[in-house]
Amino acid sequence: MSETLTIGKALNLGLRRAMEDDAKVVLMGEDIGRLGGVFRITDGLQKDFGEARVVDTPLAEAGILGTAVGLAMRGYRPVCEIQFDGFVFPAYNQIVTQVAKIHARSKGRLPMPIVIRIPFGGGIGAVEHHSESPEAYFAHTAGLKVVAVSSPADAYWGIQQAVAHPDPVVFLEPKRRYWEKGQVDTGATPGALFSSRVVRGGDDVTVLAYGPMVKTALQAAEAAAEEGRSLEVIDLHTLSPLDLEPVYESVRRTGRCVVVHEAPTTLGLGAEIAARVTETCFHSLEAPVLRVGGYDTPYPPSKLEEEYLPDLDRVLDAVDRSLGF
Amino acid sequence: MSTLSQTTEVVDPVPGAGAPHLPGQPDLVQLLTPEGERVEHPDHPLDVSDDELRSLYRDLALVRRWDVEATALQRQGELGIWASLLGQEAAQVGAGRALAADDMAFPTYREHGVAWTRGVDPLDVISLFRGVDQGGWDPVERRFNLYTVVIGAQTLHATGYAMGLQRDSAEDAALAFLGDGATSQGEVNEAMIWAATFSAPVVFFCQNNQYAISVPIERQSRVPLFRRAAGFGFPGVRVDGNDVLAVLAVTRSALAAAREGQGPTFIEAFTYRMGAHTTSDDPTRYRLASELEEWKLRDPIARLKAYLSRSGIADAGFFAGIEAEGDELAAHIRKGTLEMPDPAGTEIFDHVYAEQTPELARQRAEFVAYHASFEGEGH
Repeated sequence: MSETLTIGKALNLGLRRAMEDDAKVVLMGEDIGRLGGVFRITDGLQKDFGEARVVDTPLAEAGILGTAVGLAMRGYRPVCEIQFDGFVFPAYNQIVTQVAKIHARSKGRLPMPIVIRIPFGGGIGAVEHHSESPEAYFAHTAGLKVVAVSSPADAYWGIQQAVAHPDPVVFLEPKRRYWEKGQVDTGATPGALFSSRVVRGGDDVTVLAYGPMVKTALQAAEAAAEEGRSLEVIDLHTLSPLDLEPVYESVRRTGRCVVVHEAPTTLGLGAEIAARVTETCFHSLEAPVLRVGGYDTPYPPSKLEEEYLPDLDRVLDAVDRSLGF
Repeated sequence: MSTLSQTTEVVDPVPGAGAPHLPGQPDLVQLLTPEGERVEHPDHPLDVSDDELRSLYRDLALVRRWDVEATALQRQGELGIWASLLGQEAAQVGAGRALAADDMAFPTYREHGVAWTRGVDPLDVISLFRGVDQGGWDPVERRFNLYTVVIGAQTLHATGYAMGLQRDSAEDAALAFLGDGATSQGEVNEAMIWAATFSAPVVFFCQNNQYAISVPIERQSRVPLFRRAAGFGFPGVRVDGNDVLAVLAVTRSALAAAREGQGPTFIEAFTYRMGAHTTSDDPTRYRLASELEEWKLRDPIARLKAYLSRSGIADAGFFAGIEAEGDELAAHIRKGTLEMPDPAGTEIFDHVYAEQTPELARQRAEFVAYHASFEGEGH
């Protein structure tokens, strides 16, 4: 039952399975019905499940999330597509003040099993507001859970697990990797949704990444190996809650840690991870935890995004600096 | 004396033209004049028994008594704050009593009168304002959602809930409460677009109490609010919000239309916040005493009392009985408030998620251990 799928197709299949498994699953978003979504992630689903379950919504992101809250109160499991990362902010109020708090305020009487799918990150040559990395805003908000997938297999399983999960999940999809292919064994037992994964073993430096940067980290590890350096690459996969036990285990062996993400470096996920790794592995560290991220600027025009985004060379530069301590 | 029943030409609010509610309201649905005279409206008949009339009066009087007691408790330092509904009793009780048992109401933070009609314990509402709880009651059991403080957010929840009703082929409706200020919020406008587009069984019940804290209605709208509905493609009705019978009739028929698949209605209950926005507010800074005096003549409880007395539906004994019941309620509220236990500190961790995270479980354990470390130290 193993097949080669792109991340986009794996998400499409995963959503199809989720809808087959539970009649209460309702997809909502802009252009997700007849068009199948601007990235075609929901291609064919409205045709097969009908307009009541795959809803082409009015063009209003707060409306998508706000009505999702009401549908959840009625026992539905809304899966909301935000067309691009930069368009989540009109819905930010509903996500942060309502979706995130209602379970706590109601002492669990009003579960909010809402999935917020967001294609995130840059690298596609887009105009502004189409390349953002907003994960820290959501990871900072109590009541939300945040996941970022990096492979077709994790996309296929992750979206199904997120839909079945009882808490609201911000589900980040690496848009520039939508077309990357990989093996998906649809008969396999999936890894846990809220767990990180060691995707390449190594001994010299622990490199942490998630979403689109996992591939970049793996490329850096490949290049480093040619120079005789052994990088261990961990795909964080879950950003809230963090699953750092495998990270601590790794850092205790390597003594060095580099965190990579596209989001601006200041107060990004890397800052929290650096603090926790330092608190937990202080006596094992040979070098400070280093961060490779976007600069603290607005996301640049696309002709400059290659310089803005962390790439193989910037990861290797950080690895060199770590080894230089 | 200017009254709501005058039928002079409506003056739409334009800058400098004065308040939109003055001087007359020809579009206003009214079944009981401020003087307590029962009148008919061709579009909104109301068949109401004497028992129902007495019970409506009881609700109005007890809700006001609760409100007065809560304000006193705040003044005495027992509540952090209180958002008084003084003057809006008829709008809230009328709307609440229009709901069928399985309908779902989505309140703001001032709908104590609706809470009362849904059987919510006043002490559960008080617990929010005392700082003991952030939810208070069981919204599923009471068919009355939790209070929503972020202005207008609940109108989308009501609309989504109504979309769920459609998918369930349920014969219920959702009632979304909002205020005049909320009509300026983007989310409220989105809710009305969605409700119209999907023909959702939701009724928007706007209590236009003339002020968003200090800002008068003219700053929110250049047209009477109920006329906005036309732009969204559904009916808008302006009802005398101080007339419990008119509110009951108009809300009942709007909910019935929603249940029958006719989509949403926008109801503007034209009323007045006779008290402050909350106990932290000072309305003397932004409105004239004469305005309040004028609205006192339109008091929602006095007019029903006048009608019940004059028509012989209720006698002095009935009113004395309600008064005594009010005193009992106030005593219950006072005692219950003073005896309300503080919550356990660990509660803040316990319902953040349906599935607790390891990180939060760790923080909870740390919190417990930290506080336990002071035991025996007199902290």
